[in-house]
Amino acid sequence: MRITALSPRGAQLGLEPGLTLADARGRVRDLVAVPHDRRSDVALLHQLARACIRYTPSVAPDPPQGVMLDITGCAHLHGGEARMQRAIIIQIEKQELTTHAAIADTPDAARALARFGGNEVRTLPVAALEMEEEMQQALRRAGFRSIGDLADLPRAPLVARFGRGLVDLLDRLLARQDPHIVPHRPDERITVERRFAEPIGRTEDVVDVIEALTEDAAAKLGERGQGGRAFAVRLHRSDGHIARLTVETGAPTRDPALVVRLLRERIDSLADPLDPGFGYDSIELIVPYAEALQEAQEALQPEHQTRADIGPLLDRLAVRYGAEHVLRFAAGDSHIPERSGVLRSRSSPPTGAAWLHPEPGEPPLRPLTLFDPPQRVEVLAAVPDGPPKRFRWRGKDYLITHEEGPERIAPEWWRRYDGHGSNPGLSRDYYRVEAEAGHRFWLFRHGLYGRETTNPDWYIHGLFA
Amino acid sequence: MSCDSSLSPRLMAASYMRVTHDSTLTPEGVSLGAVADIWLGGGLKAGRLHELYAAQPEDGICAVGLALLLAQLQCRAQHKPLIWVREARGISQIGLPYGPGLIELGLDPATITLLMLPDARAVLRAGLDSLRAGVAAAVLIELAGKQRLLDLTATRRFALAAADSGAMALMARIGADPAPSAAHSRWQVATASSQALEANAPGRAAFALHLLRHRGGRDGLRLILEWDRDTGSFQQRSDHIGGATLSRALSAMAGSGACDTQRHRAA
Repeated sequence: MRITALSPRGAQLGLEPGLTLADARGRVRDLVAVPHDRRSDVALLHQLARACIRYTPSVAPDPPQGVMLDITGCAHLHGGEARMQRAIIIQIEKQELTTHAAIADTPDAARALARFGGNEVRTLPVAALEMEEEMQQALRRAGFRSIGDLADLPRAPLVARFGRGLVDLLDRLLARQDPHIVPHRPDERITVERRFAEPIGRTEDVVDVIEALTEDAAAKLGERGQGGRAFAVRLHRSDGHIARLTVETGAPTRDPALVVRLLRERIDSLADPLDPGFGYDSIELIVPYAEALQEAQEALQPEHQTRADIGPLLDRLAVRYGAEHVLRFAAGDSHIPERSGVLRSRSSPPTGAAWLHPEPGEPPLRPLTLFDPPQRVEVLAAVPDGPPKRFRWRGKDYLITHEEGPERIAPEWWRRYDGHGSNPGLSRDYYRVEAEAGHRFWLFRHGLYGRETTNPDWYIHGLFA
Repeated sequence: MSCDSSLSPRLMAASYMRVTHDSTLTPEGVSLGAVADIWLGGGLKAGRLHELYAAQPEDGICAVGLALLLAQLQCRAQHKPLIWVREARGISQIGLPYGPGLIELGLDPATITLLMLPDARAVLRAGLDSLRAGVAAAVLIELAGKQRLLDLTATRRFALAAADSGAMALMARIGADPAPSAAHSRWQVATASSQALEANAPGRAAFALHLLRHRGGRDGLRLILEWDRDTGSFQQRSDHIGGATLSRALSAMAGSGACDTQRHRAA
């Protein structure tokens, strides 16, 4: 049995941890010894750590005898580092524990200073490195007494003689190596708020306040070199209800007039108009999504703008009717007609596919409009796999006078489940046809007669101008 | 300036009307081929409201196609985009606009913004706002069926908005009978048989036009136009109708006032 810990009085008598109990009893006859209760020690450390959570959110027990607190950014809440240290010591000593505390740049340095005392890492003995006994002995034999002796030596010989571990420990002790992570903190969202002494209720007043808030937000955006892509207004009603208004813009902006116009549009287009009830206590404007916006230099003389920007108009319309109603044409990466050209909302990202340009001299080979899904028609053809002769659509008969085809479009078997096997889908044979009165249609036969189906259906897929 | 401020309001209004309706101030319009240009006194003018009525419901696609082509010519001249406003109901009527089809007609899909709106009221309001914003070279409004909302006052609003912004307002009407309006020109559009290519294949897009009304000019012009994608222009076809109009157009040119002919010679 060996001694693991000593009381101050025991230490004064010249006993040391690690001494066998028999030796100790030999030296001090009336020694009081109790068995070491490792589990209770750990429990006590955890209890201390929990008690320290009031000082900083990142606390960890540091066995066997310490508690490590990361006080980065917390010290000012307790009146500075020194006062915080005193407060912690006082709190722990209330539990009749002897406490040493130290503050340093790295956890290793703080632990060493707390254990060995002193204010300066360099004056600490080499034991503060907490290496194995042989290594400490080797250092002592080489004539190193303090950390300061080692600190200024060239690193390469130290590594060669004592190993990489020593230099790493030294670096951490001397704060040359910072084990802390530097957390990435996203920019705080821009939020501006007005509170009122008396609730306000008139829509015009509300819009005035929103206008003022927008100007504040625009100034803040300007400082960051950003423009808002979305603006959200929260109207806090005095009974606790919160009305939310959100507008989005197609391009980053910090033009207060534009944002106010969009918000007015939003207020006008609300299905249930704003109900102020007993009035609004406070109004908040948030910029949830911002992008970089370069400051454009204003010309000395206002130039005549030749290329007006269509963006603000479309933003307004998108706010009023919904972004899904403001569409642009996008090319699709497919040879299937309905997938090679699609309508997308204006704000959606580009598809990356390019339009295929027609050959000069050819008539239009693709219709101006498509039916989605294609509409079934009854077709009369001379032979089942031949061109159509006449067809019936929407209760009218059309006699075909001109036709061109077929343009065979194979199915995209790779999109189908088990498409590579026996189930590739049906090919389409497209015909451009012109009826007697001059109307031009795009018809297709779904399935190859005889090979894929015995009774192919006909569909009308589009109309030519 | 002092002279202006001393004018009575009514006089000012009168002078304003003079200015906005002076055709020399608005940019030159879109060419519909030589005969029609002479008849119209310089093509289909920008800054005006033009109505295109489909003769039959199945000619709707034709009216819309022609309106798109006219709008696109105007866009090319002004380097501004095109806004196409239509009712979502139109999808079942003439289908969904198709990008590759626009390309095949020589239109640039990148310059076109399509607004698919739930009802006619929204279409008219969005169309009017688009015109007033003055950022588009042309605004195409596509409406299906009779429209109670689109009365003389409403069309007058469109005409004034077009005059203020210099944009061309085009209204394509499907399944509606021509009604009195403030439009500068009103056309009936039907599809025309194309000139078949080899192997009896359908040819280029062809439109049969009938000028129903022309404010400050003569109506009654009938012609067949073919769209030539490669040159980006309309070509008049010398069918039997075309031949008849040629002589009538020339006589109209002589009778329609010295102003038009002089301007045309100067241009």
